[in-house]
Amino acid sequence: MAVRKRDPLTGHETTGHEWDGITELNTRVPRSIWFFVFVTHLWALILWFLLPTWPLITTYTKGILGIDQRDEVQESIVVANAARADWTDRVDALPVADILGDGELMARVTNTAHQLFGDNCAGCHGTAATGGPGFPSLADDDWLWGGDPDTMMETLRVGVNAGHPDTRVSQMLAFGRDGILGREEIRTVVDYVRSLSGAAIPAERAAAGAEIYAANCASCHGEDGRGSTELGAPNLTDDIWIYGGDAASLFTTVHDGRQGWMPTWEGRLTETERKILTVYLQDIQRKATQ
Amino acid sequence: MMSKLTVQERTGAMMISALVGLSGLLMAAAGHNDAMGAHGWIVMAFAAVMFFIVAGKLDMPEPAEDRAASYYDDPTRVGIVIALVWAVVGMFMGVWVAAQLAWPDLRFDAAWSSFGRLRPVHTSGVIFGFGGNALIATSFHIMQRTSRARMPNQVLPWFVLMGYNLFCIVAASGYVMGVTQSKEYAEPEWYADLWLVVVWVAYFVLYIRTLARRNEPHIYVANWYYLAFILVVAVLHIVNNLAVPASFMGAKSYSAFAGVQDAMTQWWYGHNAVAFFLTSGFLGMLYYFLPKRAERPIYSYRLSILSFWGIVFFYIWAGSHHLHYTALPHWVQTLGMTFSVMLLVPSWASAGNALMTLNGAWHKVRDDATLRFMMVAAVFYGLSTFEGSFMAIRPVNGLSHYTDWTVGHVHAGAMGWVALISFGSIYALAPVLWRRETMYSWKAVEWHFWLALAGTVIYVFAMWNSGITQGLMWRTYTESGTLSYSFVDTLVAMHPYYVARAFGGLLFLIGAAIGFWNVIMTIRHVPRRVPELDYPTSSEALEPAVPAAE
Repeated sequence: MAVRKRDPLTGHETTGHEWDGITELNTRVPRSIWFFVFVTHLWALILWFLLPTWPLITTYTKGILGIDQRDEVQESIVVANAARADWTDRVDALPVADILGDGELMARVTNTAHQLFGDNCAGCHGTAATGGPGFPSLADDDWLWGGDPDTMMETLRVGVNAGHPDTRVSQMLAFGRDGILGREEIRTVVDYVRSLSGAAIPAERAAAGAEIYAANCASCHGEDGRGSTELGAPNLTDDIWIYGGDAASLFTTVHDGRQGWMPTWEGRLTETERKILTVYLQDIQRKATQ
Repeated sequence: MMSKLTVQERTGAMMISALVGLSGLLMAAAGHNDAMGAHGWIVMAFAAVMFFIVAGKLDMPEPAEDRAASYYDDPTRVGIVIALVWAVVGMFMGVWVAAQLAWPDLRFDAAWSSFGRLRPVHTSGVIFGFGGNALIATSFHIMQRTSRARMPNQVLPWFVLMGYNLFCIVAASGYVMGVTQSKEYAEPEWYADLWLVVVWVAYFVLYIRTLARRNEPHIYVANWYYLAFILVVAVLHIVNNLAVPASFMGAKSYSAFAGVQDAMTQWWYGHNAVAFFLTSGFLGMLYYFLPKRAERPIYSYRLSILSFWGIVFFYIWAGSHHLHYTALPHWVQTLGMTFSVMLLVPSWASAGNALMTLNGAWHKVRDDATLRFMMVAAVFYGLSTFEGSFMAIRPVNGLSHYTDWTVGHVHAGAMGWVALISFGSIYALAPVLWRRETMYSWKAVEWHFWLALAGTVIYVFAMWNSGITQGLMWRTYTESGTLSYSFVDTLVAMHPYYVARAFGGLLFLIGAAIGFWNVIMTIRHVPRRVPELDYPTSSEALEPAVPAAE
């Protein structure tokens, strides 16, 4: 009992059905719609012939162009490496000091290292390489393991307390938690350590602290407190502190110990990239300490 | 509400609640060392509330009215209010996580409030909480009206609505406890997924049985879309969530798929969640409320057929465009790309059909913010489907993928299309549903409209800028042939856009809160008026709304 009616506004007929007051016109599909259906289908059809598209039983249609994304990536990596080779070969061949002296090469190293450092190092050491609580600054001449180019290359390669078989290993013992020193002894030695970098403390406290220091700390940090790059033990006589140089922070350090770590970069960065970072850090250090 | 249920139905509802509560007890006992135990307690509490609400009214007299003389609207009313509560909660979560991206300290250093846990509360809250409840509620309304038949059962719709919300609560509370299977938009773990299957099958049965009772010779287009939504979401949900629980004593499970097959299954699911949850269902809403509000016939029935089958057929193929330039084989990517582009015409046919339906009613669009919500929703539907097909083209995707452009695209669809059509429909529906003369405040509807539109535009423009900036920075090379920017550089560049995005989202949230307030005030303070002809009847008794040409 469909009753077709004509919509006075458009002149089109309804389909004759009605639902809760809603009706539909039987307007024909506009030509533009069919045109765009045709265009999009034609485009798809052309691409199906050109590109890998349809699965078959054991393979797929390869397409006339013979393109595959994996080959494309392999090729573009080869091309990109070849384009960089003119200067990366020189980075590989030249000693760090020579690269630092080569203005044109340094410009390439610096603008490359910005991204390398930003994506791999800045997360801990900060975008300006100045470090932060728990992470040493790389923009000064105070180094845990040594700041010469070869040592830096090695630290980058193996990491500190990392998973690499040759990793550098270093640990500050938990003197308080493990019961080696009592709380008062820790306070005393902390005061003594602070006096090494110029804090004023009473003489008898200094003497008591020196005794504790000699028995517990000097083996790594040295008799004079200047630390050791052999063991990665920090210098205690300067104003540079990784975990803070105030009495409370030092108490925590001595009581609970510290075991910072740095990842090994051998698996993630190429030797060239690690050398670029080394040169970059040498340059930062040079500028910061001038 | 309870007086409309027979005593037998009330007893049935209590037994279902008791069974659900018992399952909760089992979960709490088995999973007492795990987050699943906490979920057991939540399920028990939910079931207890349901049980005692019904038990308190158990001895009320049997309903007197003739059921066949009216539609069953109580679940629709409750569903609309719940949808609005989820809207405010879900959008608040959205504003919060947006603000976290601009100011990370807003995490307040707690695990539960970290971005990774709150973001799914936002996405599930707005998609499943707001969108899902709006779809279920409006579908109950529409399937009865367009079939001129009352629902076949009075307990089943409550089971569907409340069961679905139990799923949403378990999902959201799980996220903050860290329970997730790490599949986007399919985060809930195995027991929540199983429960949703039960609820969803009940929903399908309810819908089909109502249609089978119809007093109309034909099934209206809106019902095609709702059915596609219910049927395909069931298939998607079951396949993508196939998993083996690590133990029946805990929440953790392992997907049945691995590697690139897992990724492909996930994005087949993810893209078709967009297609059949966020598009098909809401097109059903549009197809009922827009012509009803505009009092115009649908522009073209033939166009409806073309766009429905086009959308249903092409969308299923398009999911692989989420995995361009990945381990997914090249041929799957070409298929996804070409089908995404062929999908554009049917999508635009839907949007065009909606806008052409407004011919002869544009003065109403100007004067009536409710209809304007629907009109702008259709425009955003057209815009975001165009953008989607464009972004599915591989070289374009090479720039847009993994950037905020994708986020902007999704929100053009979610805010501009899904939320606006839902709000428009709710404003059209609320007075009819609660038998009120009108909405409490038309000014508030206007405010909501402009806040929502401004919020969406600010959001989408911010994310376009942010995304394209980000994408270009990622691919900029120095003259040495190496990358110019580190990731942190891109974050610094994106920060202003993140602030703008949070602001846009805030405007949208304020609009939603106004809408919620307005609906509550409508229920509480507007005088009653019973609409004419709003009851099941045979179609011969009614005249079509379009006057015959003389």
